Amino acid sequence: MTISPTAPAVSTRALRKSFGEHVVLDDVDLTVAQGTVFSLLGPNGAGKTTMVRILSTLIPADAGECRVGGHDVAADPDAVRALIGVTGQFSAVDNFLTGAENLRLMADLRHLGRDAGRRRIAELLERFDLTDAASKPLPTYSGGMRRRLDLAMTLVGNPAVIFLDEPTTGLDPRSRRTMWQIIRELVHDGVTIFLTTQYLEEADQLADRIAVLDQGRIVAEGTPAELKRRIPGGHIQLQFAGPHALSAAAGLLPGASPDSDQLTLQVPADGSVASLRRVLDELDHACVDVEQLSIHTPDLDDVFFAVTGHTTTGSTVRQEEEALQR
Amino acid sequence: MTSVTFTAADSATMLRRNLKHQLRYPSLTLMLAGLPIVFLLLFVYVFGGQLGSGLGGNGAPHGDRSAYLTYVVPGILIVTVASAALGTAISVASDMTEGIIDRFRTMAITRAAVLTGHVVGSLLQTLVVLVLVTAVALALGFRPTANALEWLAAAGVLLLFAFALIWLSAALGLAAKSVETASNTPMFLTLLPFLSSGFVPTDTMPAGLRQFAAYQPFTPVTQTVRGLLAGGPVGTHAAAAVAWSLGITLASYLWALHLYNHRRAADPK
Repeated sequence: MTISPTAPAVSTRALRKSFGEHVVLDDVDLTVAQGTVFSLLGPNGAGKTTMVRILSTLIPADAGECRVGGHDVAADPDAVRALIGVTGQFSAVDNFLTGAENLRLMADLRHLGRDAGRRRIAELLERFDLTDAASKPLPTYSGGMRRRLDLAMTLVGNPAVIFLDEPTTGLDPRSRRTMWQIIRELVHDGVTIFLTTQYLEEADQLADRIAVLDQGRIVAEGTPAELKRRIPGGHIQLQFAGPHALSAAAGLLPGASPDSDQLTLQVPADGSVASLRRVLDELDHACVDVEQLSIHTPDLDDVFFAVTGHTTTGSTVRQEEEALQR
Repeated sequence: MTSVTFTAADSATMLRRNLKHQLRYPSLTLMLAGLPIVFLLLFVYVFGGQLGSGLGGNGAPHGDRSAYLTYVVPGILIVTVASAALGTAISVASDMTEGIIDRFRTMAITRAAVLTGHVVGSLLQTLVVLVLVTAVALALGFRPTANALEWLAAAGVLLLFAFALIWLSAALGLAAKSVETASNTPMFLTLLPFLSSGFVPTDTMPAGLRQFAAYQPFTPVTQTVRGLLAGGPVGTHAAAAVAWSLGITLASYLWALHLYNHRRAADPK
């Protein structure tokens, strides 16, 4: 099964989904071009996983249209299933089998045939650095290994569109880097990736386009550069012992915004060592003492605040309050 | 490949998956064989002397412990079938809690293949357990009069009934909200053989219970197996046994498939 070259890899129009009274997706319109990485960015409870579950034929939408590879998800789910692969944050591996047996299971279900299946399994084990663990039972696998096996199982059938639902949530930084590298290689092979994440950095690293999802609505969409232009840049926060030091420092650093109650000064900076050194040199030179220093780089919270006027934690709290009222 | 061969290939793949699970964790199979073997020893050595002396009439052999052994083995074989079917509910329910089921549902796989794998796997498991229990019965001195053809026919009737109970148990496993519930709801299946002609002739029971015992599906199956192995009337019992088995299979299959297709995918956190 292939995608017609003109169809978008994924598209939704006026997509709606509620669980009871709770609206999870509210008129979502999306288009993902073939061969690109599209990232759906949002906090817990924004509706990201629901979106993936609808697009991967697991649950039906209430209203609206979804197409994957030009096939209608509701009308022709089997055509969609033949095109896609899904790896979620909850592992979808068979815990009673070994790593190799899990891959064999996928090869059989994709009807690859004995020899082609064996070649594909060996290749994936090698690529995901699982060859040594291939015949070990899954309970001996680490979190990162399980996630790699999970993704390898998704890739057995060479899917044209891959849904990755928070693929690095819960992984240590090193496993996260490995996962990012694997995702980059997939894109290089021409696969379309639909990635959900709650980390701005991850979307920034991997995605061609990012859509920010908040309480079931797309509140911003664009390239990472476009989105970052909408958020206030990073800054250095300096804490002073008294108001004199604060005003002295504010006079030295143009563009800085002082807070005389907290005795802090926010200095715009891009997070580089050079910019930090410039600020510290300036203060040293004038003999201004700094009590504490922290570096703040823009994160999902800043994006959220910039596009919605509230923070991610605020939206979670509000949802919990709504849930309690019900 | 056509869709029929895909269905067969997918079901065979799922069967291999289930057999691997069984081989890797043989404790469930051993537990399923343990219950009927304990019942067999209990009924023959504890109750058998007394129950054997009460047997008589209706063509049943008269007399002692060994007569009771001959009488009770078909009942024990039915308990074996029922207890092995329990395993299906547990394995189906625990499988449904695994993330891999959601993966299967996002793949172009024949819908029924997951269930078919479980059911055929359980049927083979039942066959193994039946052989074990029969071997113990033979070791205790069970000497059936059946010829090879009658042995085959008895095995066929038992497996047909097992097929029906396994589909029923699979449906109960799917309907259960948790694995714990799934291990409890099919318990009545192991109780029903006691309310049949499995352990004592139904005409010794009080009115009401006697009618229930005479007409519930376990009795014709028991009587058919008893007739085939130890001699006795088979005809109408066999027809009823086959009819019950096919009826339960069909209804349970449709119920199980409906539950699997309409099962709400596991809730995302």
